[in-house]
Amino acid sequence: MSTLDTTSGSVPQTARLTSGLGPKSSSRAIKDRAATVVMWLAFLIAMVPLVWILATVVMKGGSLLLHADWWTHSQQGITNREEGGGAAHAIQGTLIQAAMTALIAVPIGVLTAVYLVEYGGGRFKRVVSFMVDILTGVPSIVAALFVYAVWITTLGFDRMAFAVCLALVLLMVPVVVRSTEEMLKLVPNELREASYALGVPKWKTITKVVLPTAFSGIVTGVLLGLARVMGETAPLLILAPYFRSISTNLFDGLMGTLPTMINAGRDNMAIEANSERVWASACTLIVLILVLNLLGRLISRFNKLDR
Amino acid sequence: MAKRIDVSDLNVYYGDFKAVEGVSMTVEPRSVTAFIGPSGCGKSTFLRTLNRMHEVIPGGRVEGKVMLDDQDLYAADVDPVGVRRTVGMVFQRPNPFPTMSIRDNVVAGLRLNGVKSKKALDEVAEKSLRGANLWNEVKDRLDKPGAGLSGGQQQRLCIARAIAVEPQVLLMDEPCSALDPISTLAIEDLINQLKETYTIVIVTHNMQQAARVSDRTAFFNLAETGKPGRLIEMDDTATIFNNPNEKATEDYISGRFG
Repeated sequence: MSTLDTTSGSVPQTARLTSGLGPKSSSRAIKDRAATVVMWLAFLIAMVPLVWILATVVMKGGSLLLHADWWTHSQQGITNREEGGGAAHAIQGTLIQAAMTALIAVPIGVLTAVYLVEYGGGRFKRVVSFMVDILTGVPSIVAALFVYAVWITTLGFDRMAFAVCLALVLLMVPVVVRSTEEMLKLVPNELREASYALGVPKWKTITKVVLPTAFSGIVTGVLLGLARVMGETAPLLILAPYFRSISTNLFDGLMGTLPTMINAGRDNMAIEANSERVWASACTLIVLILVLNLLGRLISRFNKLDR
Repeated sequence: MAKRIDVSDLNVYYGDFKAVEGVSMTVEPRSVTAFIGPSGCGKSTFLRTLNRMHEVIPGGRVEGKVMLDDQDLYAADVDPVGVRRTVGMVFQRPNPFPTMSIRDNVVAGLRLNGVKSKKALDEVAEKSLRGANLWNEVKDRLDKPGAGLSGGQQQRLCIARAIAVEPQVLLMDEPCSALDPISTLAIEDLINQLKETYTIVIVTHNMQQAARVSDRTAFFNLAETGKPGRLIEMDDTATIFNNPNEKATEDYISGRFG
């Protein structure tokens, strides 16, 4: 280092690097400390609402989740003022609708992403990609009104839970497309070439090499999409109003779900039996999404070999 | 089962860019042919045209003829997928399939093409791993992921994978450039054994390696950046390294290049 100082005589003093072996300069130490503090603060601030929400929901509604009735009974015949009953109708409604939505949205989303990454080129690819971007920005109420206009006004069907699924599909597809696309792009091209070089056709390369390699990432993306649609309320309110009893038919009228159960109870929060149920529904929704995420982790771990 | 390759007047393009121009050569069966030359001279590009991997890159196309014995690889009715089953390839960086076990990696080419019999697959896996001098190192952990092996083992796994589909020709694109000297030696020994059975074409930046493993050597060069690469000369390896015909070859080999 010292040789550098003596030989670089023509370089102006201000342009030189300070020689490297001394203690850390105090200004850098201060900047380091400041940056650390700012990052920790940002992290803590970001954690505040999360912890707050979780704590509130669990404290106000968590106890109901410990009753078996909550998971096995509906609200049939129970008024706002009465205690008792459960959220079984809303839980199964939410799960059925989420499953149906995923059933439609996952194939569309994954195949679209496969097209965009593996096959697409030129103008059509750009158009599809742009459309997905637009779809990402569509508010849920717009998706709901669109389905209302098509399904009910134009095609003449009744309001039903299946229409909700259609609206939710519109919201879920872009999430799945974008996340799957990113995951497919992460699969090294070398693996595709290795497969082609073995005389494996392109479609088999995609189904047996590319998709399995990206599997855990795709699962994560699907779960993110599901988490988003499971909490949606607008399409549910417009397309399939709240129902207090068990109803498993997607194609017949009303179906209770957790978001609509929360919404139905929110007017009477002064009544303790009711408000506790509302908080418990919120807590259940969070728990459901948490369980789904854990399940997804488990699935994607099974897919890997390093057990 | 090894076959002769006859290339006549081959031009290779990426879109409008001509990457390789006017290559004619014969690759003898059951021998090792090395391609040497500076970076960007088109030797890897040319290698990839020998099993139509070049077409995988958007815009990639060729003019001219590549004959495998008496079959034109670029004839209109030839399926590139079939070509790649006949002419296998090993890449620069070891690239085992990360989701597959060692055994599944080796038999991937067969399994993905519909061979189901577990017994047959196990036999092929053992035979190919033995053929790649890897059997003794991995026989107790065939169900472990292929990505867990060392770099040299991974490359031999990739060679086992390539020979499991019983190709006629084996193309190797700088197979040792990511490996340490000991693993390189293992691969070179393997190449020497494999040439009893296969026609082998190897691209290498390492001239000692070309001198060690190959029977014939082809020197590629390009006039300047942006111009297409050409085959300068091809001859017995001893001739190329001791008494080349072209001044450019001598300059490159003796390190006086550029």
